[in-house]
Amino acid sequence: MSPIRRKIIGRGIPLPGNDIDTDRIIPARYLRTVTFERLEEHLFKDDRAQAPDHAFNQDRYGGASVLVVGQNFGCGSSREHAPEALRRWGIRGIVGESFAEIFHGNCTALGIPCLTVAVEDVDWLMEAVAQDPGREIVLDVENRQVMFGDRAIPAMIPSGHQEQLLTGTWNATLVLLEAGEEIERVANSLPYATGY
Amino acid sequence: MADTLLDKIWQAHTVRVLPSGQTQLFIGLHLIHEVTSPQAFHMLREAGLKVRFPERTFATIDHIVPTASQLRPFSDTLAEEMTAHLVRNCQEYDIPLFGLDSGRQGIVHVIGPELGLTQPGITIGCGDSHTSTHGALGALAFGIGTSQVRDVFATQCLAIARPKLRQIRVDGRLAGGVYAKDVILTIIQRLGVKGGVGYAYEYAGSAVEAMSMEERLTICNMSIEGGARLGYVNPDETTFAYLKDRPFAPQGETYDRAVRWWKSMATDPGASFDHVVHLDALSIQPMVTWGINPGQSVGVKDPIPDPRNAAESDRASWAEALAFMSFEAGRPIIGTSIDVAFIGSCTNARLSDLQSAAAVLQGRKVAKGVRALVVPGSQAVAKAAESEGLHEIFREAGFEWRKAGCSLCLGMNEDKLQGREICASSSNRNFKGRQGSPTGRTLLMSPAMVAAAAIAGEIADVRELLP
Repeated sequence: MSPIRRKIIGRGIPLPGNDIDTDRIIPARYLRTVTFERLEEHLFKDDRAQAPDHAFNQDRYGGASVLVVGQNFGCGSSREHAPEALRRWGIRGIVGESFAEIFHGNCTALGIPCLTVAVEDVDWLMEAVAQDPGREIVLDVENRQVMFGDRAIPAMIPSGHQEQLLTGTWNATLVLLEAGEEIERVANSLPYATGY
Repeated sequence: MADTLLDKIWQAHTVRVLPSGQTQLFIGLHLIHEVTSPQAFHMLREAGLKVRFPERTFATIDHIVPTASQLRPFSDTLAEEMTAHLVRNCQEYDIPLFGLDSGRQGIVHVIGPELGLTQPGITIGCGDSHTSTHGALGALAFGIGTSQVRDVFATQCLAIARPKLRQIRVDGRLAGGVYAKDVILTIIQRLGVKGGVGYAYEYAGSAVEAMSMEERLTICNMSIEGGARLGYVNPDETTFAYLKDRPFAPQGETYDRAVRWWKSMATDPGASFDHVVHLDALSIQPMVTWGINPGQSVGVKDPIPDPRNAAESDRASWAEALAFMSFEAGRPIIGTSIDVAFIGSCTNARLSDLQSAAAVLQGRKVAKGVRALVVPGSQAVAKAAESEGLHEIFREAGFEWRKAGCSLCLGMNEDKLQGREICASSSNRNFKGRQGSPTGRTLLMSPAMVAAAAIAGEIADVRELLP
């Protein structure tokens, strides 16, 4: 995959509903592992079992890579298993009304852009994608917009996340290491590090 | 210039401003556990990096530990494998581990404060969303993902945007039978489960100032359930007294100097906030959740609300919640039959929580057909409770007295709901499937209310059982 995330282009999969928490994305019993491998097999496991028409059960969305969600998606647990399960299933970008903070950060840390759009645009996109699942959505990270067919929808992404995605620096470790000795300087300036 | 605690800690820990506009923030204390650390250790190894400050890193095992028998090797082979991994990683990177034989093991958010690792004025990171708990002592404590656990291992820093700050003032006195859990459930009900996204919450006001440290821990614990990644209470005499003589707290003259610095880190009078919310303590009732997120709660005497009365954006969620719970709008929540009673979790498994439940259970019995268990938050909590005979009160009432761990809060060990069971729970999340059964149902409430429900076999008003 390209080391920068200027645009994500792919077919969509609409997942209606607000406050879909990370326990629903990946139930805790599948976190009993020391790796992230094969998590995609358990993505939305319980929701899918309880709703035969769940989007992730529908063949017509097979191969989709852009997830369309509602409000406060990814709330609850900080488990990075949730965006990992989505990524391993094939999701490369998410557009929704809003995202929970830790989940949003975890997605960016994996190079998955999360763009927010107005609620009426989410509703329109969900409907439009359901009507035409073969058509690609464009998440334009650089210009902060979402395109579907001939419509361009204004979108938001926090500038910090945008910068990380556009410059390929979402692995924060490498950026943080650049501070070098400055880290020790701050560590040694803290009263609690020096016996007050 | 009047500054807030957030201003002061942020400034003291800023290494630099990153090109992204985020802050590179130094993390004073890194707490790790068996579920979210193994992949981070793996990434560290792949990158050929070391743990930069192993002396600022502490580990325990909590999420997957069995709470019935803790003899190793565990009969649960996956739990055994995860435990063995954590032990090996801690050995390799020279990280202290509070294991099962340490006397100090427990839920990470219980042991941090209890051991005096959590202190005012510091920054904390932990791969668990309930890290907000530690803010009760006047720290900034971030719940982080596994990639960020890797970042902290390698650099002892986070790349993070500074949040806005909302002060939540709770003034007045709480009525009898109303606990810290009811206060935070009320706050989340009023502000919503996403009301705190992008904010840190400062809890203040006379009711918060009057709270014990354990009550403050309960409040800050559930900040994340209101969407706020951080929650804190300004350090005060209650904080300083709590920390005195704890194993990892400063001792003697160092403690005295520490107190002076801790005092200086509290929010200054006249400091400004992005938003302020007021709550009247006396208006708060014993709360019970009726739905599938922690914002969906009512006073115990109130009816289950009708989605037709919800804000438009909540209407579908409320209807979905009622359908999942098989509850009917307009019916009272009181009298709802329960199958399981659970006292435990990082929210409510400290000594005072067990005391409040035991006070209700003393001389009473758990209703027939109710499975009841109490899981202390740490080995130290268990020991303290046993030394005052609380375990006997629980056992005589018909509760199982377990060993420390996360247990039925999230069903990662053998403790799970079965099928459609309804659980009265002192934990923090009532998400669909949260307690281990995909169709199981959770009603969140205070430990005393769980005890009342266990006795009645149905949701009951604890105020009627108190002297």
